[in-house]
This record gives sequence, C-alpha cells and structure tokens, in this order.
Amino acid sequence: MSNQIVQGILLGGYYALIACGLSFMFSVMRIINLAHGSLAVFSAYALWWLASQFHISPFVGLLIVLPLMAAIGWALQRFLLERSARGGALLPILTTFGLAIVIDNALFEQFGADTRSLAPYIGSLSYDSWEWPGSINVGKLAVIMFAAAVILLGGLQLFLTRTRLGRSIRATSEDPDTAGLVGVDARRANALAAAIAMVTVGLAGAFLGMRATFDPYTGAPQLLFAFEAAVIGGAGSLWGTLIGGIVLALAQTLGAQIHPQGFLIGGHVAFLIVLFIRLSTSGLGLRGLLRLPARKAS
Amino acid sequence: MSAVSNSPVIERGTSASRISAIAVVVIIALLAVAPHFLSAGAVDRMTALFIYVILAAMWNALAGFGGLVSVGQQVFFGLGAYFAIRLADAGLNPFASLFVSAIIVGAISWPMSLFMLRLKNGEFAIGMWVIAALTHLLVNLDRLVQGETGTSLISLNVYDAGARRATIYWLALASMTALLAILFGLLRGSTGAAIRAIRDNEDAAASVGVRVTGTKRLLFVLAAFGIGIAGALWLATSITFQPKTYFNVQWTAYMIFMVLVGGIGTFEGAILGALLFFLIETWFGGTGVWYLIGLGATAVLFSLFLPRGLWGTLEERFGLRLLPVGYRVRLPANATDGDTASTLQQATTQREKA
Repeated sequence: MSNQIVQGILLGGYYALIACGLSFMFSVMRIINLAHGSLAVFSAYALWWLASQFHISPFVGLLIVLPLMAAIGWALQRFLLERSARGGALLPILTTFGLAIVIDNALFEQFGADTRSLAPYIGSLSYDSWEWPGSINVGKLAVIMFAAAVILLGGLQLFLTRTRLGRSIRATSEDPDTAGLVGVDARRANALAAAIAMVTVGLAGAFLGMRATFDPYTGAPQLLFAFEAAVIGGAGSLWGTLIGGIVLALAQTLGAQIHPQGFLIGGHVAFLIVLFIRLSTSGLGLRGLLRLPARKAS
Repeated sequence: MSAVSNSPVIERGTSASRISAIAVVVIIALLAVAPHFLSAGAVDRMTALFIYVILAAMWNALAGFGGLVSVGQQVFFGLGAYFAIRLADAGLNPFASLFVSAIIVGAISWPMSLFMLRLKNGEFAIGMWVIAALTHLLVNLDRLVQGETGTSLISLNVYDAGARRATIYWLALASMTALLAILFGLLRGSTGAAIRAIRDNEDAAASVGVRVTGTKRLLFVLAAFGIGIAGALWLATSITFQPKTYFNVQWTAYMIFMVLVGGIGTFEGAILGALLFFLIETWFGGTGVWYLIGLGATAVLFSLFLPRGLWGTLEERFGLRLLPVGYRVRLPANATDGDTASTLQQATTQREKA
C-alpha cells in the first residue's frame, strides 16, 4: 500500500506540471484556456516527430519545442485571446474550445489514430527504477518528473516575486489599468505570461509522452486533470498546484484500488468533493482560491 | 401635433414578424405531412435536423440568454439516451421511455444546478465537462451497457421500419416545436425580461430585483430536459447506444458551432445556425477530419470577428426581427421640435437587442 502512495505522490508531479500553466494563465488573464490539454499533446507530437524522423532525443528536442511553445503562447495571446477577451468573459471559452477542436483534428489528420509514446526514445529511463527501503520501487522517470515539477513551480515563484518582469505580470493580473499608469505594458505582460504558460505546457507534454501513450484526442482528459488539480490545490500559491496534483493522483490510486475502472472516477469524485466543500464554506470557486480580486466588469 | 403621436411606442412585433408567425404555422404543417412525400433517407435526415435545432436552441437558451457557457452538455444528451435504454429494458414502451427519460434528466439537472450554478464562466464551462466525463464513466459501469461495447434499443424492432421512421420523425418535429414554443413563451413573457436583463448585466439585474439564480436554474433545467429529449430521439433513430458516441464532447462542439454561427442570444439565430450546420454536414460531412477542423476554425473566426453571429449581425443592420421576443421602444420619427436627429439616434440606440 505504501508503494502505491509513493507512486501516487510522484504521479501528482505530472498533474502539477500540467496544471501550473492553466492556473498561471487564469490568475493573470482570467482566461481558462480550453486548448490547454491539446497544446500539451501537440508538444508531445512535436517531440515524437523529431525523435522518430531525426533521431533527436526528446530531452534535446525540448530545446527546439519549448521555444516553439513560447512563440505559440505569445501568438495565442496576441491574436486570439486578447481580441476575444474584449468581447466579455464568455467568448474566450468559445475561442479556445474551437482552437482545441482544430488542434485535435489537425493532429489526427497528420499523425492518424495510432497511439504514440516517447518511451522508446529515452532508452532505459522509461523502466529504470530505484529500490527504496521497504521494497518500494520508484521509477527514475517518475522521480525526474516530480523534481521537474518542484523546480518549475519554485522557479516560477521566484520569477514572479524577484524579477522586474515577474512583478509586471503580477501587477497586470491585479489591475491592468493601474499597472498601465505606472508604466507596465499590460499587453506585453500578458503575452509574456502566455508564453511562459505554454513553456510549462510543452514540458508537461514531454512528460506525458514519456510516461504514457498519447493519441490526437488525449488533450481533453489532460485539460480536465489540469483543471481538477488547479482547483483542488488552488490555495493562492503555485505550491497549491503541487498539493492539488498529489491529491488528485492519490484519489485516482484509491479509486483504482476500489474498482478496476475506478482510477478516473476516483479523481473526478475527489475533485467534486473538494469543490463542494469549498463552495459551501466560502461560496467561491477558483477565483476565490487564487486570492486575486475579480476584475471589475467594464 | 397631438401628444399621442409624439409619445414613444412600445413595439412587440413588426409586420414582418406577423407574416413570419403565419409562415411558421405553414412550415410546421408542411413538415408534418412531409413524410408522405419524402424518401426514407430524407425523413431520417429531417429528423436529424430537428434534433440539431433542439440542441442549438437549448444551448443558446443556456449560453445566449442565461450567460452560462457549458462544454459538458453532452452529459444530458448521453443520459437522455441511457435512461431511455434503461426504461425500455424495464418494459416501458420504447416511445414513451424517450420522454420519461427526458423528464428524469430534467429532474437530475435540478440538484446539479444547485451546485454547478455557483461556478462562474470558465469554471462552470469546464466543471460541466468534468460532470460529463464522470457520468460517462459511471454509465459504463452499468452491466446493461457493457462498457464501451454498448447496447441497443431492441424493443423498437417490433415496429415496422416505415412506421417507426415516420413516428420518430413526428416525435422529433413535435418535440422541436414544443421546446421552441416553450422557449419563445418564456422569453416573451415576464421571465424573458429577467432573462435578458441577466444576459446584459447580471449584477445590475440583481440590483433591480431580478431573481438571478432562480432564472438561471430554470434555463439550466430546461436545457437539460431539451437536450435529454434530443439524446433519446437520437437513440431512437440510430438504435445502438455506445456511451463513447453519446457522451462525446463533439455534441457540445456542434451546439457551440450552430449557436455561434447563427447568432448567440437571438431566438432565430440558433435555428438558422442549426440549418446551416445541417447543410454543411450534408455537403462536407464525408470529408471526415477536415470537416471537423473546418467547424472548429469557423467557430474561432466567428467568436473573434463576428461574435453576434449571422442573425445578430443581420438584425443589427436591418432591424430585422421575425420572431420577436423582446420589447422595442420606437420614438415617433416625425417629431418636429428641432432634435429630430437625436431622437432618431435614440430610437436606434434603444432598439431592443433580442
């Protein structure tokens, strides 16, 4: 049992990775990007393509794919989100949902329905493991993934609190107009935030491909995982995301113990229970959890 | 000039809308007798069209009028079909079970709304998707459904194929007409004013005493019920029930496409969108994945460049209203007291949007 708990905690690292971009974008721009999961799958396909066509190791491939994801994030904000956000809070949902459909089906068109994995391209790392005391076997990849999540979240935290750019992003998320008055370019800050979010999505996509298989329609479940982890953990700091990811993964592990098909059910049920408790105690959803004031309707 | 002719007139219809009211009656009558003249394939396609109209109108009621964008409406579509299967399996007449099933779906949506309506915007949208995913998994656990293998509405097979096809056609037509009539009545009545007030500004509506949550709940339950009927009718036409097909997010994608293209928040727009979707599907549905890419791209383009959709834009430009649900204040255009221009301007700005 303790073995499963350890595995669950490590899997939580993956959920934290995929969730942090979603919750970061939401806290800065108030937009839930419904194409989030599809973009992660896109990144996984890009790495797979580089590996299978040009024999580029996925870890090296990240050097190409992550800048590409940053560019995509920047363009996404400039050309899609910025424009649709002006039409109210509802339009970005529709825009990004449409984008998700385009990405999923374009991937299907290009790569077909076969499930792919990056596991064959990372050598023995996909199955290597360490034996911990108490005969617990932990996969090296799972540990790397968890460490990556911790480093990424810590790095983001430092970036937001210690750097000028990070502070300008935070200022924009608090109040774009006032930030503008003191010389912060809100458009630039938002585009930068989107670029950063997409880099985290690219990284999450890489780990998705390494630890499991994916197909063109894997994006939707990843979006749901990301959302669930962000809401469960959403305690105001990015570290909440890590806790949310771990809770989600443990609930799935528990679900799988109870019923052979209970893995996903466990996660969804845990999410709804947490949401129910939050809503009935504070009356607030994700917005309240991120402890950021609601942007005034203008 | 008398005071009467100078006072603003509250207009609830136009001559065009009176003509279109008659046209609606004629069209429904023609549709009702159509199965006698149409081929079997055409009857099936028309049934699909009616289901699309229901889906578009119900999603529009929720998003366009209630301001609640959901990407999990497939949950009601799937449940509508699932309960129909369950009820028919328990021995209920298959046609009756289609409607009892929708009532159950509506009843389930009530407690769901108590919880979900507390979420805002994107959280509500994706929260509904989680509900749909969870419901799909739970339905898969039912032994009758046999996981993704699915099952079928076998008890429909006792009816002769021709009679069955025509019956489903009429049931779909009647459901569509009834649901549109309910929605039209709701929007034109006193609830309609509340609904549009919420659509335009929720906080302001609440401040003048509109029961925001109650009104939203009404729309949520109506949409669940209507989409439940649509799912049950779809099951009746296709017989087989595979959870993956019915709980597919694609259904919501279709709804969003129809409403965005037709005109979100306009009564006629959803119907127009469903018609266009039907034609596009008929012409391009065979191209498979490119067709879906096209749908997604069109939805993105409309949300960016024409967020009011085709009908909303036409309505704005030409003041065209065929099935008016709102009020329009018309100031007399022949006012002679110097500020005719401003009066006219006012008349345009005060034009009711719905």
